[in-house]
Amino acid sequence: MTGLVSWLGQRTLEILRILGHHATFLVELIRACPAALRRPYFVVAQIHAIGNLSLIIIVASGTAVGFVLALQMYYALVTYGAAESLGLIVNLSLTRELGPVVTALLFAGRAGTSLTAEIGLMKAGEQLAAMDMMAVDPMSRVLAPRFLAGVVSMPILAILFSSVGILGAYVVAVLLIGVDSGNFWSIMQSGVDVRRDIGNGIIKSIVFGFICTFVALYQGYEAEATPEGVAHGTTRTVVIASLGILMMDFVLTALMFSTP
Amino acid sequence: MGKKSIETLVGIFVLLGLVGLVFLALKAANLGSFSGGDTYTVTAYFDNIGALKVRAPVRSAGVTVGRVAAIHLDPKLYQGVVQLALQRDVQFPTDSSLRILTSGLLGDQYVGVEPGASEKMWASGDTVKQTQSAVVLESLISQFLFNKAADAGAAPGPASPASGAKK
Repeated sequence: MTGLVSWLGQRTLEILRILGHHATFLVELIRACPAALRRPYFVVAQIHAIGNLSLIIIVASGTAVGFVLALQMYYALVTYGAAESLGLIVNLSLTRELGPVVTALLFAGRAGTSLTAEIGLMKAGEQLAAMDMMAVDPMSRVLAPRFLAGVVSMPILAILFSSVGILGAYVVAVLLIGVDSGNFWSIMQSGVDVRRDIGNGIIKSIVFGFICTFVALYQGYEAEATPEGVAHGTTRTVVIASLGILMMDFVLTALMFSTP
Repeated sequence: MGKKSIETLVGIFVLLGLVGLVFLALKAANLGSFSGGDTYTVTAYFDNIGALKVRAPVRSAGVTVGRVAAIHLDPKLYQGVVQLALQRDVQFPTDSSLRILTSGLLGDQYVGVEPGASEKMWASGDTVKQTQSAVVLESLISQFLFNKAADAGAAPGPASPASGAKK
């Protein structure tokens, strides 16, 4: 009985300790951001590593998702004689949900893991400690530029994912199946609101970029300085970031789209 | 890779993002047409607004000239109050009437404007009293059935108890 109670207490303290760690890390990270912005080239180089190099996988997945959505929606809608609404449905599902969420999941896998491994190995090789010795703050020199780059790249990638997806749906629906092109665009335009659908999608993607990059950097920074430690950290980045994104997506959707 | 070429590549990346945003806003959404443009607001009272929703179009002769800005219930008159945001460059006479119509058999409902002949034009904040409510299918059917029953009851003529009591 005493064992159970003490186990419970131990777990609670452990959870509190981890939460505290996250909070202090986040505060330090945000405090280091202005210093990182003073030398914007570091941020630009990280946007290249995180954003530019993720472009191909994002564009390829966006096109594929657009193709498949258009085909599936066509089969479902044609039975109701509403095949023209296809563009609207594809657009809404991409800009509201699939664009931000699928991009963020791919982003966690493509960029988040590389961030964790990089930081984890820097820590294992004591490069961060060496920087500290030379009075170079690793927070503002290494971590903050990556964080800013992640938050900036994510919305751009999500926008491109949605745009490419809509174009992919256009290719399948209009060019292959033969849905009327004018109706495809005009029904889409009358049903999609810039602020409500596209704006909220972009807000979502910024939040997801924040979660993804923060989790990746934290896991790298706190990883044990061993090969296993880095491997565990990389795995945890994908798991925690993906679950965090999906849960946050539910919360954001409930907040954004609850009123008609 | 040199510093310059990386900066160029990132510039292209950001530019692509902006192009995507412009594509989404202009081609895939309705920013091109008025969404927060120059409008004036008119208030209309309806006995029943049916399934009219906020942001539903306001049409005259089939052309969209505005949107429904807000809907609420007048707590004293028990009428639906609908605020219409109409495009500034479209003016209607003050004796124009409003109807709630349905596009297609099962389509969305919209507000139709029937222009009047008055010299004066609607101004911002005006109230429209000449309105026709939405057609509610249930009341239409019950009215039809009631008329049918009344016809069937009236057909025998002298046998009807109501006419008998009058005599």
